[in-house]
Amino acid sequence: MPLRSKACALALLVAIFTSPAWAQPENTAPNPTAQSIPEQQLLKERRRIEGRVTIPDRNARILEQPQGRQYQAFHEHVLPRLAGAAIILTLVALAAFYARRGPITLDRPLRGVKITRFSAFERFTHWLTASSFIVLAVTGLNFVFGKRLLMPLIGDDAFSAWTQWTKYAHDAVAWPFMFGLAMMIVLWIGDNLPDRYDREWLKQFGGFLSNRHLPAGRFNAGQKLIYWSVVLGGLALTASGLVLMFPYVFDIAGIQFAQYVHAVTAAILTAVILAHIYIGTLGMQGALESMISGEVDLAWAEQHHSAWLADNQPHPADGHLEKRSIPAE
Amino acid sequence: MPRMKFLCDADRCIECNACVTACKNEHDVPWGINRRRLVTINDGKPGERSISMACMHCTDAPCAAVCPVNCFYTTVDGVVLHSKDLCIGCGYCFYACPFGAPQYPRLTGFGSRGKMDKCTFCAGGPETDLSQAEYAKYGRNRLAEGKLPLCAEMCSTKSLLAGDGDIVARIYKERVVTRGYSSGAWGWQTAYKEAVSA
Repeated sequence: MPLRSKACALALLVAIFTSPAWAQPENTAPNPTAQSIPEQQLLKERRRIEGRVTIPDRNARILEQPQGRQYQAFHEHVLPRLAGAAIILTLVALAAFYARRGPITLDRPLRGVKITRFSAFERFTHWLTASSFIVLAVTGLNFVFGKRLLMPLIGDDAFSAWTQWTKYAHDAVAWPFMFGLAMMIVLWIGDNLPDRYDREWLKQFGGFLSNRHLPAGRFNAGQKLIYWSVVLGGLALTASGLVLMFPYVFDIAGIQFAQYVHAVTAAILTAVILAHIYIGTLGMQGALESMISGEVDLAWAEQHHSAWLADNQPHPADGHLEKRSIPAE
Repeated sequence: MPRMKFLCDADRCIECNACVTACKNEHDVPWGINRRRLVTINDGKPGERSISMACMHCTDAPCAAVCPVNCFYTTVDGVVLHSKDLCIGCGYCFYACPFGAPQYPRLTGFGSRGKMDKCTFCAGGPETDLSQAEYAKYGRNRLAEGKLPLCAEMCSTKSLLAGDGDIVARIYKERVVTRGYSSGAWGWQTAYKEAVSA
């Protein structure tokens, strides 16, 4: 090493040792926090804090997700009020409608001639979906209201055992519901596309209040609304329900979102189905019969679905009308 | 009465995983379940921090609120415990927990969840204190023996503190004042709606 370089190095050392920074050694110790980010700053920047873990459980890498508190608020404050309001308001509205209008009866006497409205397969599809929906709705409502309404009555142990079974039932009966839903989409989507009668039907609310009868195809606009509620709501319930059934396909935020979708859709669809059950049983003469036997009287078809009847006018000769339905005279 | 809390001083944690191991051993925790875990943030980068996390035994605990069978209860010491007899393994508590504490043994090939398991603050469960049934379901009840949680008791750098919240917070504040920096009492704002600042 040349002498000049040694002299330079010595000069540098002297400069370092005499510099003001070296004169205050307590400030030169590395400050470990200078580069670490405080927790509260991390939480301001993103919704959750993630890191690395050395255990196989991938979920464990999320250190903190404060949005669990929002899930808590939805689950315990928003959802019970929303679902309770949807169901109670629907029941009150239906009771008021029944008190004012009563059952919708036929204006003219039965003709005694039956016409096929639903095939056996269509009825099977309806009742499969309907019965599984009722099981799903009751077991689903138990998750929200059971601990509030039923648990105080039957006690902790009995309620826990019952809820364990409702959980199994909810997971199992979801499959026939999805199957029925898929068949409903295939069977009835053609008859539920909008047609020229829908606007007038909706404008006059089907003539239910004015006691007039508006023309309608196989399904009137009200039935179409029920159909599309079931199809769209059912698809949303299926998608979100599958996420919840196989929970770790998505991360925690995806699971929470699926639960929001599932619960809100279920509450609304339950209210819609209550109205559907009302009009199919108490609310309209002959409606339930059409889904049990599959047949309706001509007078019923004339009154409620005149356009459908016009396209399916029964001619005893062409065999469209079942022979056993023809009166004996 | 004391209000039991955990506090992990991340500026002291050296990621030795002894708390994790001690917990698993003390309570005979089943395979696949970690009541306590270590998460390292900014791993390998300047400012890396490791935090030991388990159930924080929250105030107004989200798990307890969302449970559809009300299987949770809070002890007089402020420890959040649950009954495995009532639990139906629905998973809601895991969705609600801000700290990922609840875990479920996998029961079948279809992945159905068994009874939830989580940190008990070494305080057992609803069974008779120190009974065999309590040990089998929830692990050892050290609080009933007059001891604090093992994870914190044996922490070599005293990073993990467990005990009455006021005392734990005071120790942490003294440290912060003495050394002059802090990355925060991790989880306290979310769990207890209070921050510890010196």
